[in-house]
Amino acid sequence: MAEAWVVVGCVIVTVAVIRAAGPVALGGRELPPRTMDVVVLLAPALLAALVVTETFGGDRGGFTVDERLLGLAGAAATLALRGSILLTMAVSMAVTAGARAVIG
Amino acid sequence: MSALVFSGSAQFGSVAVLGGGGGVAAAVIAAVLLNARYLTMGIALAPSLGGSRLRRALYGEAMLDQSWALANRGDGRFDRDFMVGVTLPSYPAWVGGTVFGVLAGDLIGDPATIGLDAIFPAFFLALLVGGELRGGSTAVLVALVAAAVTLALLPFAPAGVPVIAASGVALIGLWRRPGPLESSRPEIEEDPVG
Repeated sequence: MAEAWVVVGCVIVTVAVIRAAGPVALGGRELPPRTMDVVVLLAPALLAALVVTETFGGDRGGFTVDERLLGLAGAAATLALRGSILLTMAVSMAVTAGARAVIG
Repeated sequence: MSALVFSGSAQFGSVAVLGGGGGVAAAVIAAVLLNARYLTMGIALAPSLGGSRLRRALYGEAMLDQSWALANRGDGRFDRDFMVGVTLPSYPAWVGGTVFGVLAGDLIGDPATIGLDAIFPAFFLALLVGGELRGGSTAVLVALVAAAVTLALLPFAPAGVPVIAASGVALIGLWRRPGPLESSRPEIEEDPVG
C-alpha cells in the first residue's frame, strides 16, 4: 500500500513538471518563424497520432484491432457528410457498441 | 489520484504497471512516457502565453488533450482562456466520475460495451479533419506521416513513445521555404460543443 502512495506522489510531481516545462521555458516570447512553422505542425502530428493510439492502442500499450476501427469508420463517414463533432462521437460510439453486440 | 494527477493516461498507465507486478520505478516511468506528449504540446502552447513563470506554469497545468486541441486557433496560436474554460468543467467531471466509479462502477459494467472507448478517436479525428487539415498540404502530409509512424511503432514501442515519435514529424516544418505559413487555417465552422 505504501508503494502505491509513493507512485502516486511521484506521478503527481512528474506530470506537473512535464506540463509546466514548455510554458515556463519558452513562454512569453515570440519564437523564430521556422520554429513557429514546426509548432503549427505539431497539432496535426499529435492529433493524427492520438487518433491512431486511441483506435489501435491496447489497455497496456501494444497494438490491437477491434470494433473501435468500425466506430472510426462511422466517424469518418459522419465527418464526410459534414456532421457535427458531437454527432461524430455519437455515431462512433453507437457503431462500436453495435458491432460489439453483434460480434459478441 | 484523480484529484491531484488529473491525467487519465498517467493514472491508468501507472496503476496498470503496479497492478501487473511492476515496481515503483516502472510505474512512474510509464506515467512519464504516457505524459511526455505534454512536453511538445506545452512547447506549442508557449508562444501564446505571457505573464510570470508561475502564471505560465498554471496554464501548462490546465492542458488536457481535449482542451489543448480545441483551443488551437491555427498558425501556432492558442486561445489560452478558452483552453482553461474547457479544462475547468472537466475537472469536477473527472474527479466525480472517479468517485462514482468507485462507488457504483459495478452497476454499469464494462463501459466498452456501450462503446465509450470509441468516443476519443472520433473526437480527435473530428478536430484533425475539421481544423488542422484545412491548413494546407503540408499539414495533411504531416498528419499522414505521423499516423504511419504511430502505427509502425505501436506494436512494440513502450506505451507513450509512438505519440512522442510522431510529434517529431512536425520537424518537416524546418524544410519549408521562408515566408509565412500557408494561411492560418480557418476556424472550425461548427461549434465544437454543438
